[in-house]
Amino acid sequence: MNGQFLDFEKPILELEKKIKDMKDFAAGEKMEISSEIRAWEKKLEKLQKDVYSKLTAWQKVQLARHPLRPQTSDYISLLFSDFIELHGDRNFGDDKALIGGWGKLEGKHFMLIGQQKGKDTKQKLFHNFGMMHPEGYRKALRLMQQASRFRKPILILIDTPGAFPGIGAEERGQAQAIAYNLREMSNLKVPLIIVVIGEGASGGALGIGVGDKILMLENSWYSVISPEGCAAILWRDSSKAPLAAEALKLTAQDLLELKVIDKIIKEPLGGAHRNPGEQALILKKEILKVLEELQGLTPQELIERRIQKFRGMGIHYQIEEKE
Amino acid sequence: MEWFKKIKEGVSAQPKKEIPEGLWTKCEDCGEIIYVKELERNFWVCGKCKYHFRIKSTDYINLLLDEGVLEEFDRTLISGDPLKFKDSKRYPDRIKESRKKTQRNDALIAGIGKIEGRKVSLGVMDFAFIGGSMGSVVGEKVARAIERSVEKKMPLVIVSCSGGARMQEGILSLMQMAKTSSLLARQHKMGLPFISILTNPTTAGVMASYASLGDVIIAEPKALLGFAGPRVIQQTIGQELPKDFQSSEFFLEHGFVDLIVERSQLKKTVSLLLEYLSCCQ
Ligand SMILES: [Zn+2]
Repeated sequence: MNGQFLDFEKPILELEKKIKDMKDFAAGEKMEISSEIRAWEKKLEKLQKDVYSKLTAWQKVQLARHPLRPQTSDYISLLFSDFIELHGDRNFGDDKALIGGWGKLEGKHFMLIGQQKGKDTKQKLFHNFGMMHPEGYRKALRLMQQASRFRKPILILIDTPGAFPGIGAEERGQAQAIAYNLREMSNLKVPLIIVVIGEGASGGALGIGVGDKILMLENSWYSVISPEGCAAILWRDSSKAPLAAEALKLTAQDLLELKVIDKIIKEPLGGAHRNPGEQALILKKEILKVLEELQGLTPQELIERRIQKFRGMGIHYQIEEKE
Repeated sequence: MEWFKKIKEGVSAQPKKEIPEGLWTKCEDCGEIIYVKELERNFWVCGKCKYHFRIKSTDYINLLLDEGVLEEFDRTLISGDPLKFKDSKRYPDRIKESRKKTQRNDALIAGIGKIEGRKVSLGVMDFAFIGGSMGSVVGEKVARAIERSVEKKMPLVIVSCSGGARMQEGILSLMQMAKTSSLLARQHKMGLPFISILTNPTTAGVMASYASLGDVIIAEPKALLGFAGPRVIQQTIGQELPKDFQSSEFFLEHGFVDLIVERSQLKKTVSLLLEYLSCCQ
């Protein structure tokens, strides 16, 4: 990656710049070269389709980590009105890696909870790169239970490179906090919509990931371990991450095939960062559609279906055993 | 039709891959030279420093259950290869090797047995099978053990020993955490007890799901417990880790296990707890 663009984006960005330069030049010189420009635009379209139709798993991981990719805070400002952020777990502190609060989407009330990685260095440090501590998982659950009490749906946006591995996190029970969420989220009486918007790494993502519908943006990833972590353990070399990314089957398309997610949400051509506004609108449409499907269900039905949904995950076989 | 089989195996009848052979052995913790027969009599606990050697799942069955008898369920479940996963080895080959080595089909034995006359739904993990890692089969067997506890209104006891979720089954392994934990929500609501026993090591995906959800959580002394691996933490924060970090004693100190129990006292303690955790007696 080179600053604000990925290596495989380079030829596209160069061609875009060339077309823009031609247009500027034509406008300045009052020349008529629109047919020539149209030819270049066709070339651009073809190039984009070529590049983005055959992205490797590793390229998708890179898109999911793109420095300009919209994050939770962007979706809040693009989609939600009257947002009120709520802080703290009422026990230890306020985890800045997770944003939570009430908001309105097309007038409908939501409890919105999402991981926030931050974009520039200062923000990244403030949000701890989206890596949560136990108090973050406890804050999330506190807000979800509040939503459940007041019968309001919950929208969860997942975007984390993993739960934070540190001394304080272990001292305060990272494992217990995640485990407790997995159990208690199963008991919530309201629709829970999960969307993986960027990175979904391991228990750090799943710790806020139990829901009635699980959606993924087209270029996001969700896995038992990050490609780097997997490469370090199984290949003993974290630079083998591209290989691990392929092996882990972590793309939205893979997860749909493995019946872990319900739906893939389309991204604008080139990825969410090429047009955050359009992405937000696509996301809104999907959320409202899913909410409509879930709203007819009673709390008991929601809980039963949610438990059954996860109950059905996994692949195993029965063998005949010789005595 | 549920397939089951009674097993009764002596501690000595098993191949001891994980346990030193020969007349004398060295304590892995304090270095004391110990007579193996002596070690066996002490449930594989060092007499000097109380270090608990890692033992097999079948040893726990002998240790915990009356007459060492388990009515085993789901023995014939085996994993597929949903990801067609290959690192230095193909995943199916890894499974085949582990099955041969352990004479087990995956990293957990489950069934029904009695602890001082009280029937329990039991699950015991085995580290010898790919590091006790949890894939679809372990998740499914834990799920069924929870369901047996609910259907038959029996307490649930799980002995964990695991490095976490099994990478070779990718996202499906991760989802076993949610699968088992959400079924525990149901078990919990029904007022059935769950005793979680943590042995060396219990970390990552297993620690961050059912192992942490016991009504009572018991740890064996000096076990490695935690979410993230110590090496990952050290690399992330770039400083030395405190002494005893992520040990059973550390977990007790920070309030995440109820008690540390030596192996010789394990059955007695579990039995007494089950007496307290029953509503009608
Ligand atoms: Zn010793």
